[in-house]
Amino acid sequence: MRILVVEDDLEAQRYLVNGLKEAGHVVDDAADGEIGLTLALSRPYDVAIVDRMLPKIDGLNVVAEMREHGNTMPILFLSALSEVDDRVKGLKAGGDDYLTKPYAFVELLARIDALMRRRSPSSVKTKLSVGDLELDLLTRIATRAAQTIDLQPREFRLLEYLMRHAGQVVTRTMLLESVWEYHFDPQTNVIDVHISRLRAKIDKGFDTALLHTVRGAGYMIRAR
Amino acid sequence: MRGNLLSHWSPGILRTQAFRIVLIYVFVFAVSATTLVAFTYWYTERSLDAQTDQIVEAEITGLNEQYERLGLMGLVDVISNRSAHEGQGLYLLADTQGRTLAGNLIGWPHTVNKAGVFTEFKYDRHQQNELVTKNARGKAFVLVGGFQLLVARDVDERDMTRKLFSTTLPWSVGLMLLFGLVGGALMSRRVLARLDSINRTSAEIAAGDFSRRVPLSPAHDEFDALAENLNRLFERIERLMKGMREVADSVAHDLRTPLNRLRNRLEEAQRHIDPQSNYAADLDSAIAEVDGLIATFNALLLIAEADSGAARGAMTKIDLSQVMADVAELYAPLAEEKTIALSVAPSGVLTIEGNRSLISQALANLIDNAIKYTPADGHIAISAKETPHGVDLTVADSGPGIPIADRARVVDRFVRLEESRNSPGTGLGLSLVAAVARLHNARLTLDDNNPGLKATVSFPRTVRRKELPRISNKE
Repeated sequence: MRILVVEDDLEAQRYLVNGLKEAGHVVDDAADGEIGLTLALSRPYDVAIVDRMLPKIDGLNVVAEMREHGNTMPILFLSALSEVDDRVKGLKAGGDDYLTKPYAFVELLARIDALMRRRSPSSVKTKLSVGDLELDLLTRIATRAAQTIDLQPREFRLLEYLMRHAGQVVTRTMLLESVWEYHFDPQTNVIDVHISRLRAKIDKGFDTALLHTVRGAGYMIRAR
Repeated sequence: MRGNLLSHWSPGILRTQAFRIVLIYVFVFAVSATTLVAFTYWYTERSLDAQTDQIVEAEITGLNEQYERLGLMGLVDVISNRSAHEGQGLYLLADTQGRTLAGNLIGWPHTVNKAGVFTEFKYDRHQQNELVTKNARGKAFVLVGGFQLLVARDVDERDMTRKLFSTTLPWSVGLMLLFGLVGGALMSRRVLARLDSINRTSAEIAAGDFSRRVPLSPAHDEFDALAENLNRLFERIERLMKGMREVADSVAHDLRTPLNRLRNRLEEAQRHIDPQSNYAADLDSAIAEVDGLIATFNALLLIAEADSGAARGAMTKIDLSQVMADVAELYAPLAEEKTIALSVAPSGVLTIEGNRSLISQALANLIDNAIKYTPADGHIAISAKETPHGVDLTVADSGPGIPIADRARVVDRFVRLEESRNSPGTGLGLSLVAAVARLHNARLTLDDNNPGLKATVSFPRTVRRKELPRISNKE
């Protein structure tokens, strides 16, 4: 995957670029908004990581400008500002996701993965399936090996999100943001308890577990 | 705006200081004016009577002289002569039996039965071929030889004056009160309108909109002087708050960058180290420490953000009972795992103007605390209900509670009670709840739940908040 990193803090940039390269991505970097915008408009990237505060052209304006030129590449904002308003501003300007510094690298990787997958048009499916687990989005019924699983509405949303990102690491923060729409750290690991309940419903009594814990990162649903 | 102002002052105007002062003035003025008019009336009547009495005395003296000089027949002549004039003078001369000898009075008035004293009496008189009863004032005198002489004067003029006074006095007092009240109401309304604008501005600033200023009038009166002083004060507050925000912003940026680098480097090292090596565990705990630092730092910034009013922009109409149900649902499995009964009292739609994210987080902090401190098999009750003042959001647990002496203190930043010093948490949970409450003009109160802690966030009625955009139209 080709990734554009626009970040003026060279230390942070070096770390980002190295980390992404280690994860197997091809990375271009830009140290200010002007170069970043030029690169974004002239080369095809799968995703762009843009710092919120940049010299020459501000991060918000870089993204707004890209969108104005009809560029639809997924964009993740990185910001040292956490205020409630800033997130909204970032998403309004055309960003697809927003991550506050300091962040965990696994969080960044998981989000980039999710962003790149979002691009593929397969998301209009009415049925999701992982192994013998099936989720009918129209009838809102979950079945595993033809056995119906009784799910609460929130559990259904949680499972739907996990299955839409099957094979990808999904972090607790991503779940909290997407399934519960909360943008704060709940201190206690409330998400873990929800996951273990869901796990009891979909995995208990079956030979193979589908819902896996990825140590130090989050969760992943996959057939094998 | 106008209708709003009217509805604001009509029931309240009677209670304003300005109107009360006007009312007192009108009353004092009415009493003194009435006293003045009454005195004038009394004095006028007295001097008119004195004048009458003087004339009557003089006539009696004159007639007595005539009698002594000319005898009875002479006196009869003089009296008949004087009686012929259609004037104010009234005369009657009677003999010892009371028979009329001369004069223009028809018969001796029965109320006059004592000589030498001024008496008022009624008498009949022909006026334009009609017999009318009129009032007179006079004095009887006994002449040498037992003849009785009554000399009096008609007091029509005096009675007219009296009538004039008695009819105009109530009218003028009534009009005076009316004008006084109308003038007072207008004046109070003017004063009230000025005070109202000062009040509103202060309330808006207290609510966190530091850019507000009291509008000045062209009058340059004492209200403008007050407004100018207040505006100077507000400007200072705005400057200070802005400074605080700038400091918070630059601290946020300047600390986030090195924290970010620190975390990055630790993570990088973690990726490259052999997971079985001795340092792997050290690195893990170093990262956990950094994360704790970041959590504290984020919580502090969020409190500063809530207090500076910056989150005001994200205020929307939210249903508090929905917010409550959502957060409770998030924590329900956690409570269940600790075998704590978490109950949510059902309630209808409770709309308030607020920041959903911050209120959710504040409520999450309260529930998180409750779960943390409530022992197994305890219970936590969450409720939202309407009160006369607004909406109360309550989280009540059956834990150990907080001693009264510590309740005010735990809301301060970083205060953690001895018993909880070793449990995880930033020590900023309740401070954040209090800051979120302040942002919404709400109040956080901690009460005894007998046993346990009952934390209540009391949101004010939404009505006040709704006024905000309407006022901004003015500028």
